[in-house]
Amino acid sequence: MAVDTLHVSDRASLWNDPRGRAIIYQVVVIGGVVLLFWYLISNTMANLERQQIASGYGFLDREAGFEISESLVSYSAASTYGRAFLVGILNTFKVSILGIVFATILGTLIGIARLSSNWLVAKLAMTYVETLRNIPLLLQLFLWYGVITVSLPGPRDPINPLPGVFLSNRGFIIPVPEAHLGYTMAAVALLVAIVLTVVVNRWAKARQAVTGQPFPMLAAGAGIIVGLPLLAWLAGGAPVGFDVPELQGFRYVGGVPIRPEFAALLFGLTTYTASFIAEIVRSGIQAVSYGQTEAAAALGLRKGMILRLIVLPQAMRVIIPPTTSQYLNLTKNSSLAVAIGYPDLVHVGNTTLNQTGQAIEAISIFMAVYLGISLGISFFMNWYNRHIALVER
Amino acid sequence: MKTKAALVAATGFVAIAATAPAFAGETLDAIRERGTLICGVSTGLSGFSMPDSEGNWSGIDVDFCHAVAAAILGDSDAVEFVALTAQQRFTALQSGEIDLLSRNTTWTLTRDTALGLNFAGVTFYDGQGFMVPKELGVTSAMELNGAAVCVQPGTTTELNVADFFRANGMEFEPVVIESLEEVNAAYFAGRCDVYTTDASGLASIRATVAPNPDDHTILPELISKEPLGPVVRHGDDEFLDVVKWTLYALIEAEEKGITQANLEEMRASEDPTISRLLGTTAGNGEALGLSEDWAYNAIAAVGNYGEMFERNVGADTPLALERGLNDLWTRGGLMYAMPAR
Repeated sequence: MAVDTLHVSDRASLWNDPRGRAIIYQVVVIGGVVLLFWYLISNTMANLERQQIASGYGFLDREAGFEISESLVSYSAASTYGRAFLVGILNTFKVSILGIVFATILGTLIGIARLSSNWLVAKLAMTYVETLRNIPLLLQLFLWYGVITVSLPGPRDPINPLPGVFLSNRGFIIPVPEAHLGYTMAAVALLVAIVLTVVVNRWAKARQAVTGQPFPMLAAGAGIIVGLPLLAWLAGGAPVGFDVPELQGFRYVGGVPIRPEFAALLFGLTTYTASFIAEIVRSGIQAVSYGQTEAAAALGLRKGMILRLIVLPQAMRVIIPPTTSQYLNLTKNSSLAVAIGYPDLVHVGNTTLNQTGQAIEAISIFMAVYLGISLGISFFMNWYNRHIALVER
Repeated sequence: MKTKAALVAATGFVAIAATAPAFAGETLDAIRERGTLICGVSTGLSGFSMPDSEGNWSGIDVDFCHAVAAAILGDSDAVEFVALTAQQRFTALQSGEIDLLSRNTTWTLTRDTALGLNFAGVTFYDGQGFMVPKELGVTSAMELNGAAVCVQPGTTTELNVADFFRANGMEFEPVVIESLEEVNAAYFAGRCDVYTTDASGLASIRATVAPNPDDHTILPELISKEPLGPVVRHGDDEFLDVVKWTLYALIEAEEKGITQANLEEMRASEDPTISRLLGTTAGNGEALGLSEDWAYNAIAAVGNYGEMFERNVGADTPLALERGLNDLWTRGGLMYAMPAR
C-alpha cells in the first residue's frame, strides 16, 4: 500500500522531478529552435516566390562570363559558375595552406626568440608580437598591398635583383624550369625520396628501440632527399633550360608571376597569425616546469636532446589546441581577400552572387566550404593532439 | 537555469519573428507613413551621387531621388540616402532596405527578371570605355592585348570587358577590387594599365580623383550599351508607375520648355499638354495616386531633365560631358517621354 502511494505521488510530480523537468525543457527548446528555422526558411521561400526571384543551384551550370586573374585549374570567361567557384575554393586552399605553413615556422621562431637570453632579440620579438597582433588585419592587408603597388616601380623599369627575376608593382616574376623529362623525373624522385625517408626513419627507430644502436638519420635523410632527385635529373639528360620571363607589350611572357594581391594577402595573413602562434609557443615552452630540464640534465642528456626529447613533447600538448584555433582563424581571415582583390572563394562568389542574384545559394556555398575546411583542420589537429597526448601508464 | 534562459530567448525570438511583417506592404503607403523616401545611391561617383564634406548628396541620381520624393510627398528634402557598393545594391532593394535604387545601374534582362526587379526607365544613356595613362601611348582599345585591367566586381562592366577581349582574341589580367576607392587607388598607383567602367564614370574619376587629369586619356571605343536608370522591386506596379512617370515628367518639361525659373508662369499656360502635366487640368495625379501637383513639385525641386544634366555633368562641370545620346529626341538624342495624359 505504501509502495503504491509512493508510486502515484512520484508520477504526479513529474514537474518537480529535476530529470523530468530537464527533459521537458529540452523538448521545448528543440521544438522552439525547429519552429524558428522552419519559420525563417518558409518565410524566405515565400518571399522569393512572391518577388519572382529565381532560386536553386541551376545557375552553377551557366556560363560565368567573367575572368579570374589567377587559377590553379584552367579557367576562362567561357567556363561555368560552378568552375568559377572551384577556382575560388582552390585559391582559398592555396593561400590558407601556405599561410599555415609559413605562420607556423615564423611563429615558432619568434616564440623561441621571445625567450632568448639575448636582450635585443627578446625585445625585438616582443615588439613584433605586440605590434602585429594589435593592429586589425584588414588595415595590415591594405598597408602591404599599398606598399607593393605604390612603392615598387612599374613593369617597364622593374627592379632586377637576379637575371630573370623581376620585381614591379605587377608582382614578382620568377623564372621556372622549362618543361623537360629530366625535371619531371626529378620531381617524381623527390616524392619517392620523401616516402623512403619516412620508411627508413621508422626502421631506424624500431632498431634503436630493440638494440639501442643509434642510426645517423639526419645524414641519411638528407642524402636520400638530395641525392635521389639529383640522380634522376642526371638520368633525364641533365637539362638546364629555364623559362625566363620577358616583357612583351604590357606583360611578362614566361616565368611564374606572384601577383601583388596574393603576395600581400599571404604576407599579411602569415605575419599576423605568426604573432599569435609566437605567444602560444612561448606559453607552451614556459608551461614545462624547469625541473624537467634539470632532471634530464641530471640523467646526462645533452641540451639539444633535452629540448627535443623532454621539453618540446610536453610543450606540444599545450601548444596544439590553441594553434588549431589560429589555423582556423587564418583560413577564415583569408576571406578578407575581397578587400585587396585576390580571387578567393568569397571574391569569386560575390561576383557570381551579383551577376545571378542568387544570394542565398552563393552564401550557402561559402558557409559549406568554410565549415568543411574548418572541420577538416579540426579533425586533423585533434587526431594529432591525441597522437602526442601524454600517455599515462 | 541555463536551459530556462535559452528557452525564454528562443520563444522571444519566435514571437518577434512572427510579428515582424515580411514586407512593408505597398511601397507608396510605406513611404507616406514614414514621411521619407529611402533611396539607394553609390558610395561616391562625382556627377551621379556624391556626398560633400557636410554629407549633402548631389548628382543626377541624387536629384532624381529628390524629384520622386517631391512627387510623392511634396517635399524634395524628404529623402534618406543609403550609400551602396555595386555588390550590395540589389540585395538592399530586394530585401526592402531601400525603396528606390538610383545608382547608375545598367538595365539588363537578368536584372529585370531573375533578380526580381523592375527598371523604371533610363536617366542616362552610357557606354563602357577605357581610360589609360597617356604615357603608354595607346590610342585604341585594340592595342590592349595583355594589359592589366582595373574593374569593379559585380558590374556589367566586368562581363563586358571579358566579352570584348574574348571577341577580339586578346588576353587581359583582371584586377577586381570591391571598393571603388580601392580600385581607383590601384589604377592611379599603376597596378593596372587600364581602367574600365562607364564612360561617364571614367570622366568623373579622371576629373575628381586623378592627381593630374591631363595624364590620362579615355580611348575612343565604347564597347557596350549602358542604359542607366532607377530600379524598383517587382510586384509593386503602383510605385513603378510613379517612378517611371516622374522621369517622363522631367523629360517632358524640357521638351515643353518648362524650367525651374519659369515654372510659375507655365502654370498659367494655354497649352493643354502643359496644363495637364503641371496639374492645372486635373486627372493625372489621381490616376497615379498622387496629388495633382506631383509633376509641378518634381520640376520645382530639380528643374527639367536638361537642367538636371547640365547642373551635374554638363559642360560647366568638371566632368564636361556632351548631351549626345542624352539629348531630347527632337534634337537627335534618345530622351523621349511618353505622353502624359
